[in-house]
Amino acid sequence: MKVTLRVWRQRGPGAPGRLERYEADDVSPEMSFLEMLDVVNEKLIAAGDLPIAFDHDCREGICGSCSLMIDGVAHGPMQGTATCQLHMRSFADGAEIVVEPWRARAFPVIRDLVVDRSALDRIIQAGGYVSVDTGGAPDGNAIPIAKAAVERAMDAAQCIGCGACVAACPNGSASLFTAAKISHLGLLPQGQPERYRRALRMVAQMDAESFGGCSWFGECQEACPKEISIDTITRMNADFIRGGTVARADGSR
Amino acid sequence: MLRFYRSTVGKKILMAVSGIIGIAFLILHMLGNLQIFQGPAKLNGYAAILHGPLAEVVLAQRVVLLVAVVVHVVMAWQLTMRARAARPVGYVERRSQAATLASRTMRIGGVLLLVFIPFHILHFTTGDIRPAGTFTPGNVYGNAVASFRIPWVAAFYVAAMIALGLHLYHGAWSSVRTLGIAGPRPHPLHRPAALVLALALWLGFTAVPVAIALGWVR
Repeated sequence: MKVTLRVWRQRGPGAPGRLERYEADDVSPEMSFLEMLDVVNEKLIAAGDLPIAFDHDCREGICGSCSLMIDGVAHGPMQGTATCQLHMRSFADGAEIVVEPWRARAFPVIRDLVVDRSALDRIIQAGGYVSVDTGGAPDGNAIPIAKAAVERAMDAAQCIGCGACVAACPNGSASLFTAAKISHLGLLPQGQPERYRRALRMVAQMDAESFGGCSWFGECQEACPKEISIDTITRMNADFIRGGTVARADGSR
Repeated sequence: MLRFYRSTVGKKILMAVSGIIGIAFLILHMLGNLQIFQGPAKLNGYAAILHGPLAEVVLAQRVVLLVAVVVHVVMAWQLTMRARAARPVGYVERRSQAATLASRTMRIGGVLLLVFIPFHILHFTTGDIRPAGTFTPGNVYGNAVASFRIPWVAAFYVAAMIALGLHLYHGAWSSVRTLGIAGPRPHPLHRPAALVLALALWLGFTAVPVAIALGWVR
């Protein structure tokens, strides 16, 4: 099959960028979107041009490295799928496909389609952890956890930190990412001691990174390759409110 | 407290609380309005009670409502500016996947309501705007009938109520979530409940100008 790409090209962080047109002629429907870009890049390199820079690593949908706004949709048209798991059979032969980087003030473009997502790492550093003494590995099932809590915690823990939620949000909000991390830890017994402090600190860091607020558009959960629910944001807000009121009394702030 | 106010979540909580105060007021307002269908004596009698024995209560309610509106508007403004700043370079192509019409029109709808509300107060509360040429304090029924016989006045109110209905649909749903009380799993009735509330208020408010414009209430 044949597709026409319009790809955002930008030499560096401060440089001006624009959409460039590329024809991809020998595309197999079984190629992943990234493999298709690899083929385009091979041609560009052979012609002495700079290849299109894009993030990728595991290419099996679990690492959160790949990104790309494809035809105006984060990670492209397939629901619950990262760009690396999106295949060219999802596009019509002869289609024109617009490819842009994630857009957010907190995600500056490094080059072409690569953006700096370290703002998400700093949100994790602000509280997305459980402080425990080191020692031997705990015995399996030593801590009883209700099945429903396990399921919800694991649903939230699926977040791979790709930033699609930010990219899709009309407000450029990182609420779904932050809420997924807060929910994942806050639902488990191990996460309880720092639960409310965590919510306050991670929300404060999210704001400090100049992400927008949540307007409940629901775009993030549609874009999320792990289909994380906006219910986690309800939970984040609940923990934030408790953190600012009750939890203060026990000095956990 | 300052940390709460400065955070986007804190600002959204203030918006949710002030919005819910607004919804509570609108329910009372609508129930009051609907007495127009029970005749002039009933509606004007209700107005006389509000401005007679209940005058202090009405004053307190107006103060609370004014504070709520100011908080709501200021927070909306700040959050909108933040959202704009969060994406200085936009997308060449962006497709909405899930956002409802109501959620996407919250800001523009809010601005429309901010134009409508002062007009509405100058029209029916103070009587400074007199589309019908006359205004009799205390004769709520007569003032409403005289005004809504004029097609553009009725049309303006009907249009404003569409904006209100959309705003309430998204607001009634999202405010509960912002306050963190919708539970970790969505209540199955949550979205329909917001829809029913928004529809009820929209119909209740729209019924009055429509009934008068069509001559059902005269």
